[in-house]
Amino acid sequence: MKPSRPFKVFRAVALAVVVFSLVAPLLWMVAASFKTNVDIYDTGKAFAFSPTPDNYDTVLQQANYVQFIGNSLWVALAATVFSLILGVPAAYSMSRFNMKKSALVVLMARVIPGVSLLVPWYYVFSNLQMVGGYTVLILSHMFVSLPLVVYIMMGYFDGLPTELEEAALVDGLTHIGAFRRITLPLSVPGVATAGILSFIFSWNNFMFALVLSGADTKTLPVAIFDFIGYASIDWGGLMAAATVVTLPIMLIALFVQKYIVSGLTAGATKG
Amino acid sequence: MVGLTGFATRAGTLAALRTPETLMSAVTTPVSRPSETRPASPAASAWSRWANAHRKWLFAAPAMVFVAVLIIFPVAWTGYLSLTDAEGSVRAESEFIGFQNYLEVLSDTDRFWPAVWRTILFTGVVLLVEVVLGMAIALLLWRPFRGEKWVRVAILMPLVATPVAVGMMWRLIFDPNIGMANQMLSWFGIGPQPWLAGQNSALPTTMFIDIWQWTPMVVLILLAGLTSLSDEPQEAALIDGASTWQRFRHVTLPLLMPTVIVAILLRGIDALKTFDILYATKGRGGGSFHEVETLNVYAYGLSFDYNDYGVSSTVLIIFFLIIIGVMWALTYRKKGLER
Repeated sequence: MKPSRPFKVFRAVALAVVVFSLVAPLLWMVAASFKTNVDIYDTGKAFAFSPTPDNYDTVLQQANYVQFIGNSLWVALAATVFSLILGVPAAYSMSRFNMKKSALVVLMARVIPGVSLLVPWYYVFSNLQMVGGYTVLILSHMFVSLPLVVYIMMGYFDGLPTELEEAALVDGLTHIGAFRRITLPLSVPGVATAGILSFIFSWNNFMFALVLSGADTKTLPVAIFDFIGYASIDWGGLMAAATVVTLPIMLIALFVQKYIVSGLTAGATKG
Repeated sequence: MVGLTGFATRAGTLAALRTPETLMSAVTTPVSRPSETRPASPAASAWSRWANAHRKWLFAAPAMVFVAVLIIFPVAWTGYLSLTDAEGSVRAESEFIGFQNYLEVLSDTDRFWPAVWRTILFTGVVLLVEVVLGMAIALLLWRPFRGEKWVRVAILMPLVATPVAVGMMWRLIFDPNIGMANQMLSWFGIGPQPWLAGQNSALPTTMFIDIWQWTPMVVLILLAGLTSLSDEPQEAALIDGASTWQRFRHVTLPLLMPTVIVAILLRGIDALKTFDILYATKGRGGGSFHEVETLNVYAYGLSFDYNDYGVSSTVLIIFFLIIIGVMWALTYRKKGLER
């Protein structure tokens, strides 16, 4: 079925509109981060302005953002690694032994509103004097990333043929040996998908850090609010901060697009 | 393996790339018989035998214990708190007061019911727009064309952007005085709109932001579904003289329906729980007039602005039941379609 010529023209125009609406606001944000607040307030200078790196200077030097970038990185990486360690074997078991009910318990976490977990966590962890520490943050972010890992890896293991494992068993490997030496190396693309998505979701997470982080341990999405005062907003700084949070993730997405798409649509077309 | 996911197929090809290498190593690495490979201490082999026999739970248990401790226990405790008058300090004593909170919340027409209504309105509108728009874009992207790669990259960008940063970005664009939105309207001779600052326009504006960020998600899911459809029914309908609309309405849509339900399910759960965008644009309590206060924002405020843990837990339990109900209804519908 070859698309007709009028359809091709229509498609090109429609997709151009879609791409513009999706990308233009992001470019606008980046552009504003290079403007002085005077230029932002002067709507006549929307496009003609002389770019300045001052806002980034404010964000990185005065607003202590280097530390917040470190916090975000550390929390997201730790949550991802621990989620993979716990989640990959669990997903393997759930896939191979068809543990539907157990899987449902883990996947329930995707449904529960985060606030309903925050209240009890806050209760317990503030009594343990742990609120504001990295441990609590990492544990809470695992609540998002572990179900994600299990969900993606279950779909991956379901699609992986069992013949290779069976051949390994015939060759004398134990079941765990076959998992470790045959299945796991074959699962690298799946683990990468799960890991990348888990990192992104953890990096973007806001609500848990809003409640559970302290002044020194806050992550980037929470730190953005530093630029909103009671009376006025430092728009230039705010846009620079927003760019610092978003740009790394978008760059990652650019290079590992395939993995992100496959992870986000995992299980979507399964029965 | 009928109807394998687009994901599994694609990931499968990736796996296939690695197979020869791994196969080779499996073939060339001499794996001797168990008796020869493990002459180690009897204890070690006993542990190995035990581990292999119990691998099902050995693998699954750690994750499940984690989930149980961090999720099931808190939910159970939320249920308990909803029956107490817990408030103020987390160390304060609380008393069991039965279903009093539920009576109080369910008769609260000031904050609770408007929040329920906003949650339903927000979720309903964004779901409808995102699915219709997402379907249209997915259909446009269905057949290969030049530059496809760049369109896909553009679609991915809003999706991975940090929601709080996205909220801030739109806050600037929708600013009534200095925002680009009003400036663009002025080119068409339309007067300035209050957008996020208006009491009636704030909720629709946040809906727009949600649609901007999450329609791509629907596109990706539906596109995965479309790609997994076979061409034969389409061609048969074409030979039978079906028009483009007829082919979509009577061939593509019915075949795609299970995927559409998955998209609605995934987006619906997240839309009900929307928090980041609302908090970033309107702050605590969904603005000074609670213009965008949904159940999730309301429950958050009750817990961490007012420290009213008992009432907050009650709201959360009701909220939770609503989500479960919606999910159950949709899964039920999906199962009916597959039969």
